[in-house]
Amino acid sequence: MFKNKTARQNAITYGIILAAMAVMLPMQMGGHLSSSLSGLLVPFCYYAILAVSLNLTVGILGELSLGHAGFMCVGAFTSAFFTKFTADIIANSYVRFFLGLLIGIAFSALIGFLIGIPVLRLKGDYLAIVTLAFGEIIKNLVNVLYIGKDSRGVHFSMKDSISLHLEPEGTVIVAGPQGITGIDRTSSFLIGGILLLAAVFIVLRLIQSRDGRAIMSIRDNRIAAESIGINVTKYKLLAFTVSAALAGMGGVLYAHNLATLTATSKNFGFNMSVMILVYVVLGGIGNIRGSVIAPVVLNLLLDYVLRKLQMLGSNPVLQFMSDNRMLIYAIVLIVIMIMTWSPKMIARREALFNRGRKEE
Amino acid sequence: MPMLEVKNLGISFGGLRAVNEFNLSVEKGQLYGLIGPNGAGKTTVFNLLTGVYQPDSGVIRLDGEDITGRKTIDISKAGIARTFQNIRLFGKLSVLDNVKAGMHNKHPYPPLAGIFHTPAWKRTEDEMTEKALKLLEVFDLKDDHEYLASNLPYGKQRKLEIARALATDPKLLLLDEPAAGMNPQETKSLMDMIRFVRDEFGMTILLIEHDMKLVSGICEGLTVLNFGEVLAQGETGSVLANPAVITAYLGE
Amino acid sequence: MSFLNYLIGGISLGSVYAIIALGYTMVYGIAKMLNFAHGDVIMIGAFTVFIATTQAGIHPLAAILLAMVICTVMGILIERIAYRPLRGAASPLAVLITAIGVSYLLQNLALLWFGSNAKSFKSVVTIPPLRLAGGALIISGETIVTIIACIVIMIGLTTFINKTKPGQAMLAVSEDQGAARLMGINVNGIIALTFAIGSALAAIAGVLLCSSYPSLDPYTGSMPGIKAFVAAVFGGIGSIPGAMIGGILLGVIEIFGRAYISAQMADAIVFAVLIVVLLVRPTGLLGKKIQEKV
Repeated sequence: MFKNKTARQNAITYGIILAAMAVMLPMQMGGHLSSSLSGLLVPFCYYAILAVSLNLTVGILGELSLGHAGFMCVGAFTSAFFTKFTADIIANSYVRFFLGLLIGIAFSALIGFLIGIPVLRLKGDYLAIVTLAFGEIIKNLVNVLYIGKDSRGVHFSMKDSISLHLEPEGTVIVAGPQGITGIDRTSSFLIGGILLLAAVFIVLRLIQSRDGRAIMSIRDNRIAAESIGINVTKYKLLAFTVSAALAGMGGVLYAHNLATLTATSKNFGFNMSVMILVYVVLGGIGNIRGSVIAPVVLNLLLDYVLRKLQMLGSNPVLQFMSDNRMLIYAIVLIVIMIMTWSPKMIARREALFNRGRKEE
Repeated sequence: MPMLEVKNLGISFGGLRAVNEFNLSVEKGQLYGLIGPNGAGKTTVFNLLTGVYQPDSGVIRLDGEDITGRKTIDISKAGIARTFQNIRLFGKLSVLDNVKAGMHNKHPYPPLAGIFHTPAWKRTEDEMTEKALKLLEVFDLKDDHEYLASNLPYGKQRKLEIARALATDPKLLLLDEPAAGMNPQETKSLMDMIRFVRDEFGMTILLIEHDMKLVSGICEGLTVLNFGEVLAQGETGSVLANPAVITAYLGE
Repeated sequence: MSFLNYLIGGISLGSVYAIIALGYTMVYGIAKMLNFAHGDVIMIGAFTVFIATTQAGIHPLAAILLAMVICTVMGILIERIAYRPLRGAASPLAVLITAIGVSYLLQNLALLWFGSNAKSFKSVVTIPPLRLAGGALIISGETIVTIIACIVIMIGLTTFINKTKPGQAMLAVSEDQGAARLMGINVNGIIALTFAIGSALAAIAGVLLCSSYPSLDPYTGSMPGIKAFVAAVFGGIGSIPGAMIGGILLGVIEIFGRAYISAQMADAIVFAVLIVVLLVRPTGLLGKKIQEKV
C-alpha cells in the first residue's frame, strides 16, 4: 500500500508534465500560441530542470548550494562550444545537440564532482558561501576564456582573441565576454519537456532507492547515519554530482535556446542561483513536483498574465509588479520561509488544524 | 573469547582525563550494564567504542578483531551498532525507511538498479521491506511503519532507534540510556524487549542506564564508572552491594 | 614605488572589509547565522549619506550620523521581522535562505527608490593627501581616514566587549545561549544589540567604501559584503582581531591580484583564498575549534 501511494504521487508528477506537453505542443505547432507565450515554453523547461536539480541538493541532501548557476554555465558553454565546433563536421543539428547534451552533462557532473570533494567537507553557511565562490569563479573564468580553431587545430588564450594567433580563415568560437555567437537554436518545447521528464525521473527514482535513503538519512542526522555505516562523503558527493549534472542539462537547453551565449551576472551569476532557489522554496523544499510547477506558475504570472492584464488597461499596481519582479521574488522568499519554517508559525498552524479537526 | 574486550582504554580532552585505564570484557550473549554518576564518562566510552572519538591509549577487540582507531562507519561494518542518549532518528523518513536505512550495507544493489528498477532492485528492496517489517513487529511498531519517525511518540522513538541499530545486523548492541524519559510501565516493557532481543537474536548487549530497577533486573554483569575510572566491576548483585559504589551513588 | 602604492591601497580597501567583517563576525558569533543582507545595509548607509548631502544639503558628518541611525534601525528591524521568527527552526538553512531574501529585498528597494544608474559619490573626506618620497608615494586622505577609522573601531569594540556589561553579556550569549538565558541575560535583546552595532558599523563602512570607490548603485554593497564575509572566515569567525587581520589581508591580496595577476580575475582570486582557507584551516587564522557533541 505504501509503495502504491508513492507510485501514485510520482505518476501525478509525470502526468502534469505530459499533460502540459500534450496541450501546448499541438497548439504551438498549429500556431495558436502568441509568440510571447510560445517563447516562454523552453524557459519553463530549463527553469524547472534547474529547480528540480537544486532541490536535490537543498531538499534531499539538506545543503544549500549558491553556485548552481555555475554548473548551468558549464553545461551551457561546453555544449554550445561542441555544437558550434562540429557545425561543419556533423550535418544534422539534432545529432549535434544530442552529443552536445551528453558532453554538457558529463562536464558539469565532472566539475560538480571535483568541486564537491573539497566543498562537501563543509556544511551549512560555509558550504553555501563556498559554492557561491565557485560559481563566481566559473563565471569569471568563462569571461576570460578565448578559444579558436583553424587548420592547425584548436587554440586557447586567457587574454584576448588576437593572442589566439589564428590563421585568416580561422574562427573564434569562444570570445571572452562576447561568449559564443551563432549557436543553433535547437532547443524546443518538445526537447525541453523530454529533458524535464528525464530530470524528474532520475531524481524521483534516486530518492526512492537505497542511495536516496542514505542521502536523506545524512540530511536528517549525520551522526546517526555514520553510526549505521553510511559513507557520508560518498553519498553527499553522489547527490551533489547528480545535482550538478542536471543543472548542466538545464544549461544545455538554455544555451541552445539563444543565438548568443554570454556569461553575465544575470544569467550565470549569483542572481540566477537565487532565482532558482526562489522556485525551490516556493514549490516546497524537498518537493520535486513543486519545483516543476513553481517556476512555471511564477513566470506565467509575472511575465504573461501580468502583461495581458496590462493590455486591458494600465493599472499602477500591475505596472509596479511587472517593473519590480525581483522585489516580488524577495518578498515571496522571505514570507514563505517564515510561514513554513518558523517554529511559532508551525505551532499556530497545527493548533488551527487540530481545532478544525475537533469541530468536524 | 569474549565478544567485546577493552584494555587500558583512555582519552583526554584538553587537560581533562575523561576516561582512564578502562577495562571491560563482555561475553557473547551477555547483557551487560555500564553505570555511574553523571559525567562519569559513560557516553565517552560508547563514543570511543564506536569511533566517534579516537582513544589516546588502549585496545578495543570485537570478537577477537582489533578495531581500535577505526572510523565510525568501519566499526559499524565490523559489527557494533548503537543508540543515542538524545534520540537520533531520521525524522523526515518513514519508520520503515529508518529501519531499511539500517540495512544499507547488508543489502547492496548497483546504483543504477535503483534508477531503472531492475529485477535485482525489486528483489533486494522486497527482501529489506520484509525483514524490516518483521523487526518492527518485535518492537510493536509494525502498524506505525508508514508514519514519519519524527511523528512517533517518545517511547516508540526509543524503540525505533533500537530496531534501526539491530537492522545493521550487529554482533554487539550498545544502548545509551534506553529507558530515559520512560514511565515505570514503559520501562518494564522495554526490559522484556531487551531480554527478548538478546534471547531471540543471540545478541550481546552493553547498556548505559540510570534506572537501577532496569539495571538490576536484566544486567548479568556491571561496570561502575566514576570520574573516568572503573570503580567496581563484576556480577551485578555483588557490584551493587559494594560499599564504594553505594558511596559514589548516594554521596558521602 | 608602485608596490608600496598597491600595498597601501590594499590596506585601505582591507580596512573597509575589516569594518564590514566585524558586523558579520559579531552576528555570526552571537546569533550563529550568516547575515547575508549585511552588505546591502552598507549600500543603504552610503545612499543615505549621498541623498542627505546632495539633496538635503546636510553636513557630511551629520549625514554619517543619520546614516548610522537609519542603518541601526534597519538592522534591528531586519532581525526582529525576518530572523527572530526563525530562531530554533528545524533546518539551519531556513534563516540563511531568508537572509538571502532580505538581501534581495534591500537591493530591489534601493533600485525602486534610487534607480539603477550609478551615482557619483562625493567623498566626505577633506584631508589633503599625504605626499612622501618626493611625490612618488601618495597616500590619499580617504586612505588615511579609513585606516584610522578601522583602528578606532577595533579598539572601541574590544573595549566595549571586555569592559562593559552588555559586552560581557554578548560574550556569554556567544558561548552558550541557553546558559546565558538561565543567568538572566535577555538573549533576544543582546542579539538585537549585536545587529544594531553591526549595522551602525556597516553605515560607516559604506561611506568609507564609496569615498574611495565613488560609484554607488543598488548592488554596491553586495560584492564587498560577500568579500568581507570571506575576510571574517579568513580571520576566524567570531573573532574581532581575526576580522581585522582577515579584512586587511584580503584587501591586500585583492589589490595585488588585480595589479599583478589579472584585473578580471581579482574576484576569483579572493574567492580562491576563501576556498583554500576553509579547506586547510576551516576555523580561520584566529578561530576556535568546535567539536560536534554526540
